Amino acid sequence: MLVSNTTFRGLLVALAIGLLTTLQVQADEISRATLLSISCAGCHGTDGKSPGSIPVIGGKSSDFIATALRQFSSGERAGTVMGRHATGYTDEEIQLIADYFAGR
Amino acid sequence: MIKLSRRKFIRLLGATGTVSALGTLGVTLGGCSGKPGAGPRVVVVGGGFGGATCAKYLRRFNPSIQVTLVERNASFVTCPFSNTVLGGLQDMDSIQHSYDALRMQHGVKVLQDQVTAIDPAGNRVTLQGGGELEYDRLVVSPGIDFRWDSIEGLDESTSDTIPHAWKAGPQTITLRSQLETMADGGVVIIAPPDNPFRCPPGPYERASLIVNYLKTYKPRSKLLILDAKDKFSKQGLFMQAWEQLYPGMIEWVKGSDGGKIYRVDAANRTLHPEIGDPVTADVINFIPPQQAGAIVHAAGLVNADGWCPVDQRTFASTLQPNIHVIGDASIAGKMPKSGFAANSQAKVCAAAIVSELGGTAMPDPSYVNTCYSLVAPDYGISVAAVYRLQDGKIVKVEGSGGVSPMDVPAEYRRDEARYARGWYQSITQDAFG
Ligand SMILES: Cc1cc2nc3c(=O)[nH]c(=O)nc-3n(C[C@H](O)[C@H](O)[C@H](O)COP(=O)(O)OP(=O)(O)OC[C@H]3O[C@@H](n4cnc5c(N)ncnc54)[C@H](O)[C@@H]3O)c2cc1C
Ligand code: HEC
Repeated sequence: MLVSNTTFRGLLVALAIGLLTTLQVQADEISRATLLSISCAGCHGTDGKSPGSIPVIGGKSSDFIATALRQFSSGERAGTVMGRHATGYTDEEIQLIADYFAGR
Repeated sequence: MIKLSRRKFIRLLGATGTVSALGTLGVTLGGCSGKPGAGPRVVVVGGGFGGATCAKYLRRFNPSIQVTLVERNASFVTCPFSNTVLGGLQDMDSIQHSYDALRMQHGVKVLQDQVTAIDPAGNRVTLQGGGELEYDRLVVSPGIDFRWDSIEGLDESTSDTIPHAWKAGPQTITLRSQLETMADGGVVIIAPPDNPFRCPPGPYERASLIVNYLKTYKPRSKLLILDAKDKFSKQGLFMQAWEQLYPGMIEWVKGSDGGKIYRVDAANRTLHPEIGDPVTADVINFIPPQQAGAIVHAAGLVNADGWCPVDQRTFASTLQPNIHVIGDASIAGKMPKSGFAANSQAKVCAAAIVSELGGTAMPDPSYVNTCYSLVAPDYGISVAAVYRLQDGKIVKVEGSGGVSPMDVPAEYRRDEARYARGWYQSITQDAFG
C-alpha cells in the first residue's frame, strides 16, 4: 500500500484496514516463555505431553525441569541429545521455560 | 512518498495505543474480513510439516482467527521414516497421517484441493476445484519440486523407472518394489544432489536402511552412492557405522571423483558421470536437484535460485505483501530443509501473524532443529542445533548443537534409535494431532 505524506485520505484507509484487523483479534501478547518453549514440542510433544519414548515434561515441577536443563547444559547430567539443546539457552531462559512447562 | 505496509502500520498503531482508542469508536469497514464480526482469515497452502503445524498453532494462539488449510492430498505421507519403509522395517500405513484432528480438535477448515494461483495484489488464491479464497494473511508451505531440466534425460515420466522417492507416497512404493524384485547380487545406485536440498542426511540414511535389508535378503548385492557433492551430513558417523555394520557393501563416490551425473539414460538404467565411464545398475534412485514447490514461482515469491527470501523473524515474504513462506521452500538462514525445521518455523510464523493481527509485539524468536538418522534399526545418530536471529539472519547459538559423538558404546546408538522413533511420534502429534 502506498500512502503519500500529503494524502490524508490514503492514511485514513490504511488506518481503517489496520484497525479492522486489530479490532477483531483480542490477542494476548505471546510471551517470551511461550516462544522459547514451543520449540521443545518437536521432541517432547505439544505442551510437553510426549506420546512416545522421549520423556513427558509438561506438568513436571519447575524445579525439576530447571535443574535437569542446567545439569544437561553443564554436562553434569549425561544424555544423548539434551546437552546439545540445553546449551542453547541462558540461565534466565531456562527458568522461563521451566515455569512454562510446569504450568501445562 | 512513504511506502507504508499494512504490517508496519498495524505495528505503528499498536505502539502508539491508537488501536484501542479508535477501537471503542466501533469503526468498521467491509471487504476485509468477509462476514462482519468474524475474525481475520488466514489461508495456509500445503498440509505438510510446515503448513499443518502453522494451522494448528494459529488456532491455539488465537481461536478467533479463521484458518483454512488447502492440501491436495486427503492425508499426508511423511518423508521422515519413509526410509524405514524402503528398508522393509515399517509399512506405508505407519507413516500416514489424517487431517481429522486439525479439523475436529483445532477448528481448522481443511480443504482437499490444489491452489493453482496466488494473487498477491488481490489477496486471494485460486483453487483447482473452482472458486477462490480471500485472505488477510497467506502462509505457503509447499515443500519442494524438482528441477527436471538440470539433468539430461530426466523428467517426471522417468520417475516410474528411476524413482526419486523424495516425496513420500507412490514413489516410495515404486522404489520399494524395485528393491524387492531385484535379484541377489544386484547393484543399487543412490544419486544425491548438490546443496541445498531437502533433508541433508536423508540419502545416507536411505543407503543404510536399504543395505540393512540387502544384507539379510540379498547379501551378494552392493549399493553405490554417486554423489554430486564432495562431503555430506554426519559423514564421519555414517562412514564409521557402515564399516562396522555393512563392511564392503556401500561405496561412496564423491562428486569430483566421478560421482556427479549430468545425464540419465532411463531406458537402460545407466548414469553418465562428468568424469569416467557410464554406470549401469539394477535399481537407480536418482534424487534430482530441487527448488521451492511449483506454486510460489508464478506468484513472484522466489529469487533467481528458485527459493523464497523471507524476513527470517516472521517468515513474511520480502517480495510480496501479506504472504509468509515457511519450510523447505523458504530461505531460513542456517536452518536445514527438514521437517523439524519446518515445524519450528511454522510456530514462529504463527506467533508473528497472531502478533501482527493483534497489534502486539512479538518477542525475539528461538528456533530448533534435530535430524535423527537410523543407520540400522537399533543404531541412531543425530545432528542438532538451537538458532537465534542475529542481524536479521537465523544463526546457530554458539556452544549449542552438534552431532552425536564418535566411538560410543552400542547402548548410546540404541538409545538414539529409540529416541528417533519417539521424535517421530512427538513431531507428528505436534503437527497433525
Ligand atoms: C527420505 C526423506 C527423509 C526425511 N527424513 C527427515 C527426518 O528424519 N527429519 C526431518 O526433520 N526431516 C526429514 N525429511 C525432510 C522433510 O520431509 C521436509 O523437510 C519437510 O517435509 C518439509 O516440510 P514442508 O512443510 O516445507 O513441505 P512438505 O512437508 O513437503 O509439505 C508440503 C505439502 O504441500 C502440499 N502442496 C504443495 N503445493 C500445493 C498446492 N499448490 N496446493 C495444495 N497443496 C499443495 C503437498 O501436497 C504437501 O503435502 C526427510 C525427507 C526425505 C525425502
Ligand atoms: C531432539 C529432541 C529433543 C529436543 C528438541 C528437546 N529434548 Fe528434552 N529430551 C530429549 C531426550 C531424548 C531426553 C532424554 C535424555 C537424553 O537422552 O538426552 C530429554 C530429556 C529432557 C528432560 C529430562 C526429563 C526427565 O524426566 O528426566 C527435560 C527436563 C527436557 N528434556 C526438557 C527439554 C526442554 C525444556 C526442551 C526445549 C528447550 C527440550 N527438552 C528439547 C529430547 C529432546
